[in-house]
Amino acid sequence: MSDVAERVKKIVVEHLGVDESKVTEDASFIDDLGADSLDTVELVMAFEEEFSCEIPDDAAEKILTVKDAIDFIKSQEG
Amino acid sequence: MFDLSGKTALVTGATGGIGAAIAETLHRQGAHVVLSGTRQAVLEEKAAALGDRVSVAACNLGDAEAVEALPKAAEAAAGAPIDILVNNAGITRDQLLMRMKDDDWDQVIAVNLTSGFRLSRALVRGMMKKRWGRIIGISSIVGATGNPGQANYAAAKAGMVGFSKALAAEVANRGITVNVVAPGFIATAMTDALPEAQKEKLLESVPAGRLGTPEDIAASVLYLASEEAGYVTGATIHVNGGMAML
Repeated sequence: MSDVAERVKKIVVEHLGVDESKVTEDASFIDDLGADSLDTVELVMAFEEEFSCEIPDDAAEKILTVKDAIDFIKSQEG
Repeated sequence: MFDLSGKTALVTGATGGIGAAIAETLHRQGAHVVLSGTRQAVLEEKAAALGDRVSVAACNLGDAEAVEALPKAAEAAAGAPIDILVNNAGITRDQLLMRMKDDDWDQVIAVNLTSGFRLSRALVRGMMKKRWGRIIGISSIVGATGNPGQANYAAAKAGMVGFSKALAAEVANRGITVNVVAPGFIATAMTDALPEAQKEKLLESVPAGRLGTPEDIAASVLYLASEEAGYVTGATIHVNGGMAML
C-alpha cells in the first residue's frame, strides 16, 4: 500500500474517530464512515495540510470515498 | 469570569465609538486584540493607548479584495489565529427608498453584511481546527423594527441575524458560537450633537430613560466572547434600554 494511502487513511481515522478496519478504499465518508457534510469539509482541509496542496471546491465536491481522496492527491503529486 | 487570556480577537470598525469600547473591553479581559478600520492613524493611536497585546490591520470593508486579505493580515499581525471575530463595522447611507441609489444600497450591504460573511468564511477554518471560536455580529434595533430612511441599513442588519443563525447551526458541534448584539440608541458623537428637545423626545421611547453607552454594548460582546457563553448560539441580545422588547 502506498504511502499516500496510509496517510489519507490515518487522517480519516483521526478525524472521524472510526475503526481503522472500516476505512477501506471503497468506503464512502458519509454513507459508510458516518461523516456529515462539515466533516467532509474538514477532511479536505486536513488533506490540504498534510500534503501541502490546494484542493479546489469543485474537486473537493467529488471526493466522496477514501479512494477518491487518494487518487486526487496522487494526481497532484504526479 | 469572562477571562480571555490567550485568545486573539479581531474587531472591525475599531475606530468608532462602539468598536473602540469593544476592543478596550476584550483587551482588558486579557485578549490580544487586532484593531481594524479604515483610518490607519486613528487605529495606531487607539493601539498605542491600549499598550501591549494589540495589533493593527487597516482595511476598507467595502473593497472585496481588501476583505479577502484581512484575515491573513490580522493573523500575521497578531502572530496567532483569530479566536474571536467581532463584525462591528457599519456605515449608513440613509435615504427614503424612492430616492435611494443602487450605490447607497450596494455599499451598505457590502460593508455591513457581505464583509462579515467573507471574514467569517475565512476565519471559521482556524476555529474549526481549534474546536473553539466566537463570531459576534453587531446588528441594530433597526434590523428588527425597521426605520424610515434606512431600508438598506435595516436589510443589512436583519440579514446579519439570519446569517448568524444559519452559520451557528453549521458549526455548533465544533465549539464555535455565532451570535448577534443589537444596540438601540447609543450615546455617540452623533447623538451628542442632537438638539436638547429632540433628545428628550427620543428618550421618551426608551423605558430605561437614558441613551445606551458603548460600554453597554461591549459588555454583551464580552459575555458572548467568553468561555462561559459557550452554550449560547444563534442568539440576538437586544441592548436597548427596553426600547423594543423582542
